[in-house]
Amino acid sequence: MDELLSQLFNFTDYGQLLALVKNSIIAGAMLGLVGGLIGTFVMMRDLAFAVHGISELSFAGAAAALLFGVNVVAGSLLGSLLAAILLGLLGTKARDRNSITAVLMPFGLGLGILCLSLYEGRAANKFGLLTGQIVSVDDPQLTLLIGISIVVLIGLFLIWRPLTFASVDEDVARARGLPVDRIGIVFMVLLGLATAVSIQIVGALLVLALLVTPAAAAMRVTTSPLYTPLLSVAFAVISVVGGILLALGGGLPISPYVTTISFFIYCVCRLIGWARAKKGQPGRRIERVRVSA
Amino acid sequence: MTGDSAPVLSIRAATLDFGDRQLWHNLNLDVAPGEFIAVLGPNGTGKSSLLRAVIGQQKLTAGTIELLGAPARTGSRDIGYIPQQRLFQDGTPLRARDLVALGIEGERWGPPMTMHATRARVKEVLGQVGATAYADMPVATLSGGEQQRVRVAQAIAAKPRLLLCDEPLSSLDLHHQRTISELINEQRRLLDTAVIFVTHDVNPVLPFVDRVLYLAGGRFRIGTPDEVLRSEVLSYMYNTPIEVIHSRGRVAVLGAPEGYGVHDHLEHHRTGGGA
Repeated sequence: MDELLSQLFNFTDYGQLLALVKNSIIAGAMLGLVGGLIGTFVMMRDLAFAVHGISELSFAGAAAALLFGVNVVAGSLLGSLLAAILLGLLGTKARDRNSITAVLMPFGLGLGILCLSLYEGRAANKFGLLTGQIVSVDDPQLTLLIGISIVVLIGLFLIWRPLTFASVDEDVARARGLPVDRIGIVFMVLLGLATAVSIQIVGALLVLALLVTPAAAAMRVTTSPLYTPLLSVAFAVISVVGGILLALGGGLPISPYVTTISFFIYCVCRLIGWARAKKGQPGRRIERVRVSA
Repeated sequence: MTGDSAPVLSIRAATLDFGDRQLWHNLNLDVAPGEFIAVLGPNGTGKSSLLRAVIGQQKLTAGTIELLGAPARTGSRDIGYIPQQRLFQDGTPLRARDLVALGIEGERWGPPMTMHATRARVKEVLGQVGATAYADMPVATLSGGEQQRVRVAQAIAAKPRLLLCDEPLSSLDLHHQRTISELINEQRRLLDTAVIFVTHDVNPVLPFVDRVLYLAGGRFRIGTPDEVLRSEVLSYMYNTPIEVIHSRGRVAVLGAPEGYGVHDHLEHHRTGGGA
């Protein structure tokens, strides 16, 4: 038992270790920011399953890149962008999108596994693509990840309001002249970029813990369009950075720590939301005394 | 100002077919600024489709629609739209006031900063529709009638030139039907907004209606309520004896078969992203 615990949480020589993973922490915080923000739109647009599909194709791209000895981030970008654009073009209806995702997902995963089986390099690299490998983030890669993250952040800020409008109130947004379909495609591209970055850090299988769980948790406790993204970002950053810090000493992959923190936050938010609902709805200024509503 | 009599909306020789069913054929309609037009008729006769054609969401089989002199293909900031009621999904991260604000600056690109003027206008219209009490409530937790009032506030918030209303009085009680009807009427009087009002019951808006567009049985009639809402006109359109009774400022249409000539499913809409 003690042995297991010390493997799970080991803080000897922590200061030196911390210096070693400075890059990872920066990347993690950045990813938390991106994941938390884009996650609120993923929830609004009901794209959680699509994110999973994109991440599997991104995995295939990364695995292929590994096999052919080219830049893994570039490979993963190519895969996720292809999947995202395909879903954006064909999957405008939720039902279509879900079936297309379900078709793409195993295809991507299978392709990725094929590439990994043929790859003869370090086994850690293989496993890392699926379950996360943040500790191995080096300087040039970090620059690339941060660069992509900044593109996503700027993109999101530029389309924020029209994207919100198109996501929650499509018919009126169209009536008001918004190019709803094009906004959807642009969003899918941003989502593809964010997914590709996430995969480098938490792995293809666990991307949802960063792109969906924090936003889903935030939406349990607030409906303010300001606090929802803020809380979601806070949850995502706490999950990633907290996960990295906890995982540091044990030499285990960081993803289980990240996903556990993220899941824990979600559970707490659900409890809070549930307790509030029991107490009655907040926000109504005047208790209405009306016989029929 | 007075030279502004050019039509807000100009529908020319418009025809809409669904498969081999013709909903309307060769429809011509000019809507003047400040005019209140009620679109009546049974389900499945293309009332909502007409509105959707105006915002570019329904392709006409033939004919053209011009909005303020330009082809209406993509929607416009000059349009306020109250869509047929569809409740907001639970968990939608918007309060009532945020939904209304989207009606004013939802098309604006760039960082999401709400202007002071927007906030003031949102407060004003929420007050007008009587929704101040739940301005800070999540829209999805509001009742159907409450959401409908917030929708009305959203549609008028940006002071549109043309207001398209698709059954805006559904799920409202009589008191609020009157409030909302009067509010929409006031809007068009003060701002010269043209109103196209799709409804199955003309009575709540009858005092305000300039012209009626009646769709039934693949035919249509346009005219003042007195010209159109007559037994012989509707009997001809439905091709069956219809009795129209006027009594104390109200109109009752007796014997009209619901959905005559076309089935209800034709008016079912594409369910959009949020559904």
